[in-house]
Amino acid sequence: MGKNLNDIRADFPILEQQVNDEPLVYLDNAATTQKPKAVVEALTHYYYHDNANVHRGVHTLAERATEQFEAAREKVRAFINARSTKEVLFTRGTTTSLNWIAASYGEANVNAGDEIVISYMEHHSNLVPWQQLALRKQAKLKYIKLNADGTLDMTDAAQQITDQTKIVAIAQVSNVLGVVNPVKDLAKLAHQHGAVMVVDGAQSLPNMPVDVQALDCDFLAFSGHKMMGPTGIGGLYAKEELLNAMAPVEFGGEMIDFVNLFDSSWSQLPWKFEAGTPDISGAIGLGAAIDYLNQFGMAAVHEHEQKLVDYVLPQLLAIDGLTVYGPHDPAKHTGVIAFNLDGLHPHDLATGLDMEGVAVRAGHHCAQPLMKYLQVPATARASFYIYNTKADADRLVESIVATKEFFKNGTI
Amino acid sequence: MALSKLDNLYRQVILDHSAHPHHHGHLQKATNEIELRNPTCGDVLQLEIALTDNKISDIAFSGDGCTISQASASMMTDAVIGKTPAEAEQMVQAFSTMVIGDRPDQDLSILGDASILKGVAQFPARIKCATLAWKALNNALTGEDGKGMAQLLTSHED
Repeated sequence: MGKNLNDIRADFPILEQQVNDEPLVYLDNAATTQKPKAVVEALTHYYYHDNANVHRGVHTLAERATEQFEAAREKVRAFINARSTKEVLFTRGTTTSLNWIAASYGEANVNAGDEIVISYMEHHSNLVPWQQLALRKQAKLKYIKLNADGTLDMTDAAQQITDQTKIVAIAQVSNVLGVVNPVKDLAKLAHQHGAVMVVDGAQSLPNMPVDVQALDCDFLAFSGHKMMGPTGIGGLYAKEELLNAMAPVEFGGEMIDFVNLFDSSWSQLPWKFEAGTPDISGAIGLGAAIDYLNQFGMAAVHEHEQKLVDYVLPQLLAIDGLTVYGPHDPAKHTGVIAFNLDGLHPHDLATGLDMEGVAVRAGHHCAQPLMKYLQVPATARASFYIYNTKADADRLVESIVATKEFFKNGTI
Repeated sequence: MALSKLDNLYRQVILDHSAHPHHHGHLQKATNEIELRNPTCGDVLQLEIALTDNKISDIAFSGDGCTISQASASMMTDAVIGKTPAEAEQMVQAFSTMVIGDRPDQDLSILGDASILKGVAQFPARIKCATLAWKALNNALTGEDGKGMAQLLTSHED
C-alpha cells in the first residue's frame, strides 16, 4: 500500500509512444494489459540468473527456480485468499482452467439429464467447454437471462438452478457489459441445490479484491496477462476436497508419484495436475505482477477504475447516436465499456480511433451468443486500467466525436 | 490531424457503395451460393450467383459487415457480372494481390471500381474486411475453400 496510482505511467515504457503520429491511448485492457517494468525485469532476471527446471534437480539453480516458482504460487494463494497452496494450480490461463474443470470434474460428475447453468453474457471460454460437455453427456445447458440494463436476472437464476443442476459457471465481471455478477449469491444458490459454483475471474481478479473463501466458490479461473503478468500463465483455484477427488487431465512428468509398467500413482496437490515442465518464468512474472498490484491494494485499484468510469460514462452517453451496452449508472459499471455509434460499424469506428492513437477493441469479444442476445453483430469496447487517466478518457471521447463527424461528412 | 489518413481508406466512392450497395438482396434462382463468416469479427456474408452459359449472369449479396466489407462486396458484384468463372478467378487473384500490397505495379483495370480499395494495404487489420466478398466469390465458384487465394492471404491475416 502507499504507492500513488496517479504517478505510475513511467513504470510502463510501452505507453510512451506515438501511434499514427498521435500519443498512444491504450484502452484495450480487457483483452490484455500492459506490463510494468517490474514484471519484465523479473522475467529477465530469472533467465539471466536462475533458469533451471523445477522440482527435479539437486543443483543450486534448480533449487532457486523451484523456490521462486513456488513462491509465486504462494503469492497467488494470498491474493485470492485460498486456504492452501494445494488449492492453486498454474495453467495457461482462464481457458485452460475452465477446460480442466469440464474435462475432469465435469466428466466425472455430469450425467445424462443433469443440468449445467451459465448465462447469456459468458465469454466463449466459459461457454464452449460446458456446451461440449453437455453434448458429450446428453446433459442440458441452461442460460440465465439478463435484465434490461445487462445485469444478471437473479429471479431467473433461482428458477434455472434446480436439483438437477450439477455445475453453475458464471463470470464475476462481464467482458462486454461491464457488470459485476453476484457470484457469492449464486454460489449459495448452487450449493442449496447440490451444484458446484465455477467463477470465471478473468475480468474480476485484475480489478477488484477477490476472496475465494468469502465467495465460497468451488472453482475460480483466471489469466495472468489481464493483470499485468505475462501471457501463457494463469491459474485455477479449486477447493482441496474437490481436487483430491478429481482425476488429472494431463499425464507425464512432474505429476507422478510412482510409475510402474502398467499403472501409476499421482503426486500430491497441487502438482498432481501440473504435467510437464510448467511455465516457470510466467509464474514468476505473475508473482511480480501481484507484488506490483499489492503496492496499491486492490481496493485502491478498483477505486481508481470507478473514478474513471464516473468521469467517462456520462460523457459517452451524452454523444448523440452513441449506445452504451450494460448499465448506464456508473456505480454499476466497471471500466469495460462496450458501445456503438448509429450507422457506423464498430470496425470503422475502431479504425478511426486507431488513427487518433486510441486503441480499442471492435468485434464480438468472444461472446457471440451475447451479441445475438443484444441483437448487434458487434460492438466497440474501451476498457480502462490502472495506468489510464482522465486525459485518456478525454482523448477517447474527442476521437469518437471526430470519427463520427468524419463519416457524417464523407471525405475531407 | 491523424484522422485525415482515413481518407486513404474511406474514399467517397467507398462510402457511397457502402451506403447504397449494388446487387444487395437475393436472387430468384441461384446456381451457386455460399455463406461466409469472418470468425474474428462476427461479420457474415451471403453470396448468390446465377451462372448462365458459363457466365455470371446475375449476382446478389446480403449480410452484416463494416463499410469496407459492404463496399467491397458491392464493387465485386459490379465487376464480375458478365465474366466467366475463369475470368472471375483472375480478378480474385488480382484483388488479393492488391490488398496485401504485393506488386504495386500490377494492372488493376480488370477490377473496375474495386481497384480503389488499394488503400486497404495501408490498414493491415482491415484486409480481411475487404477480402470477405472475394473469398466468398472464389469459394462459391470453385466449391473449394480459398484455393490459391487462401494461401496468398494466410500470412496477412489473423
